[in-house]
Amino acid sequence: MDLELSEPLQKVIDGLTEDFSSKIIDVYQSTGDTFVRVEPDAIVEVCRSLKEKHHFIYLANILGADRFTASERFEVIYNMVSLRDRERLFVKVWLEEEDPRVDSVTPVWNSANWYERQVYDMFGVTFNNHPDMRRIYMPEDFDYYPLRKEFPLLGIPGSIPLPTSTPDTE
Amino acid sequence: MGIENALGDGYFTTKIDALTNWARSNAAWPMPMGLACCAIEMMSFAAPKYDAARFGSEVMRFSPRQSDVMIVAGWVNYKMAHAVRRIWDQMPDPKWCIAMGACASTGGMHRCYGVVQGCDNFLPVDAYVSGCPPRPDALLHALMQIQDKIRTEHSVTLDT
Repeated sequence: MDLELSEPLQKVIDGLTEDFSSKIIDVYQSTGDTFVRVEPDAIVEVCRSLKEKHHFIYLANILGADRFTASERFEVIYNMVSLRDRERLFVKVWLEEEDPRVDSVTPVWNSANWYERQVYDMFGVTFNNHPDMRRIYMPEDFDYYPLRKEFPLLGIPGSIPLPTSTPDTE
Repeated sequence: MGIENALGDGYFTTKIDALTNWARSNAAWPMPMGLACCAIEMMSFAAPKYDAARFGSEVMRFSPRQSDVMIVAGWVNYKMAHAVRRIWDQMPDPKWCIAMGACASTGGMHRCYGVVQGCDNFLPVDAYVSGCPPRPDALLHALMQIQDKIRTEHSVTLDT
């Protein structure tokens, strides 16, 4: 597939393929954005290189996705921006359904802390070496991961307690 | 006939119930439970253009101990439900509740795992207001309904 890359992004992709040729699985473009899929065990090195060599100093978001496939079901997407070059880059990893785990990028960007907690909360992806791996939205004792495809839209009745509705005079 | 003749001019007899209800219905101080965009309409309900002061409800009390009507304005999620119920329990009796808007009444468009599908799941609601968000006059109408309800209540009981 031909890529139509801007000059700074071309430099980034060239640099990445040079440094991590065995770890890069796919590079593609879609709806005007550039995506790089890498091996999960290389995510911290790739991100560190992107930040330090290619000036992607702003981690805009980390997203999770449930691809609902038989293998490599979960996806974690890192959305980063280079403020110097005005470019945006998405880095993806695919994880197995059984115990999805990936290394945390909090040593690279501190802002990854809450983003990774959110992905953990919604999809159950655990981040190794994360300083504070807790749920961020749902109650701590909640047993499910609400954005997984098998989770029903309206939730599981009774899984989150409601306050008592008996009149307080009784 | 009756006691009026004996009292002469300047006296007016009524029922203690009617007097209490008259006072209560014209001083229903709201507890603004503003949780989402309905709270903006609730603010203009209190502001001069719609002027809840005409009905004696201009005093928005952010302390539950001093308020009579809780206006749940916006969607309540499961985590917030405990806080809302706690504030409701802190309000002194008698108290009333308005579920303002689609979300507070039924969950509205937030048909998902995190939002309580109607705050009547944990609160005794007296008046529901439809709309997303309702206009301030709709909230005034709900307040007038609450006033009508207060006026028909038996407020005073004989302490035996």
